[in-house]
Amino acid sequence: MTVPLWRIAAIFGLLAVSAASPVLVPDVSQDRVQIRGDFTGAELLLFGAISYPPNTPDRDTADIVIVLKGPDSSIVVREKQRVAGIWVNADSSEFRSAPGFFAVASTRPIDNVVDPKTADIYELGINHLQLSPASAIDSGELKRFEAGLVDLNERSRRYISLPGAVTITDDLLYKARIALPASVPVGTYTAETFLVIKKRVVAAETKKIIIEKIGMGRFITNMAKDHGFIYGLLAVALSVGLGWAAGTLFRRI
Amino acid sequence: MDIYLPIANLSVNGLVIVLLGGLVGILSGMFGVGGGFLTTPLLIFYGIPPTVAAASASTQVTGASVSGMIAHLRRKGVDFQMGGVLVVGGAIGTGVGALIFQQLQRWGQTDTVISIIYVVMLTSIGGLMAKESITAVRATRAGTPLPARKRRHHPLVANLPYRWRFYRSGLYISPLAPLILGILTGVLTMLLGVGGGFIMVPAMLYLLGMGAQVVVGTSLFQIVFVTIASTMMHSMTTQAVDVVLAALLLVGSVTGAQLGAKFAQRLRPEYLRLMLAGIVLLIAFWMALGLGFQPDEIYTVQQL
Repeated sequence: MTVPLWRIAAIFGLLAVSAASPVLVPDVSQDRVQIRGDFTGAELLLFGAISYPPNTPDRDTADIVIVLKGPDSSIVVREKQRVAGIWVNADSSEFRSAPGFFAVASTRPIDNVVDPKTADIYELGINHLQLSPASAIDSGELKRFEAGLVDLNERSRRYISLPGAVTITDDLLYKARIALPASVPVGTYTAETFLVIKKRVVAAETKKIIIEKIGMGRFITNMAKDHGFIYGLLAVALSVGLGWAAGTLFRRI
Repeated sequence: MDIYLPIANLSVNGLVIVLLGGLVGILSGMFGVGGGFLTTPLLIFYGIPPTVAAASASTQVTGASVSGMIAHLRRKGVDFQMGGVLVVGGAIGTGVGALIFQQLQRWGQTDTVISIIYVVMLTSIGGLMAKESITAVRATRAGTPLPARKRRHHPLVANLPYRWRFYRSGLYISPLAPLILGILTGVLTMLLGVGGGFIMVPAMLYLLGMGAQVVVGTSLFQIVFVTIASTMMHSMTTQAVDVVLAALLLVGSVTGAQLGAKFAQRLRPEYLRLMLAGIVLLIAFWMALGLGFQPDEIYTVQQL
């Protein structure tokens, strides 16, 4: 079997590149977050090691950016305006995919770590989220709705910006804590870690985290979704039963 | 005591919800209304999504009304024939309401329409009740009891065809009148998560001219069935009934309803009606202000 020379060259070239560039080894405190009946939020510890090839320059100026992103969904953002004295939803804009959760932790403010163009490419930072509008609207209007969505999610702690939350120890180990609110959406999350040196992303790794309801909560949600009729009957039985119990109990007292 | 609500997708202080249910229960026991008109706005105020609040409140009202209806059954205060007609109307109404609800969700106008209906209904009914009860209170103070109001149904009701005899209510009227009333309250139940007792009771008294001894019991009978229909409709269309939330509310409200019924026995009925009118008008005023003031959130997000 003959292997073309260019292919061998390419393989060697790749090896040479990978040998020369740093490697990230990320991990998370828990790759499964379980929402139980007493769930009030959780804290994720994202940590890992940076492995530099020998004689890498500028490793003392390295920055780490961690982007934790929840499942995408298509949404419609509505805007209230004052019409005839009352506030009604007057305008709306659809987005084909917006993450239900988005947290960015970094060693320094994003603006100091990368230039805006790079931040846009890797979605580093809440202001660099790439939301795809479902229909063509002018950029001013798009910006307004994006800002509205981001502001709403920031205040409900679903979009979180954590400059300075990542600490690097001895140019080798990094860690960051990200708090998940009780209203965190369920689904498969990705935690992307970026190593940035001199405003260039030199390494990136991704870990998966699953956030799921378990026990009663899971049962109830699935039931409500898949068996609406039976779920309704159960809800009715519960309320009639409790009402009946109270009605007869109090008569005896 | 933090409890995670699986459908609302957030965690609440369970004790607060139980107490809220209890407070509403006391009022419902005192005044013979389901209390949904209080639960829904209070839940929304607490941060529960409006659709989940309305859907779960209707489940709660079922329990509170069963609890109250049992007491009235013992006193033979339920006109089953009249109640049956109202229930049929209510079932049609919840179906119509479900369609309206879905359409409103598509237009994104659910919250505005709900608020406007609330303000209009509560203001008019609260106003009527306040006027009537103030007159009654004045008459009692002056020591000259009002002449007994001659019981008569509204002329519009009298003009409807096909008359039936409703023995317990002491009426000979067309069943179309309670049917239409049932449909209207069914729509309201679906949209607002209320049993409609605060509309039903005055309508039965002043429009249909039913005997006062069967009004509250029959109203509760109809509310039980209509809220059951509404819970089923919500379960199958909006999927917004949160049983954990409903259970917490129920624990408070079924207990509160019994306490409220005991309080009610110690108070004069005209003062009770005046108090209820005050509460109803206060909520209407608060919601009207909410429509006019700039809301906390200009932007809202809906999943597609």
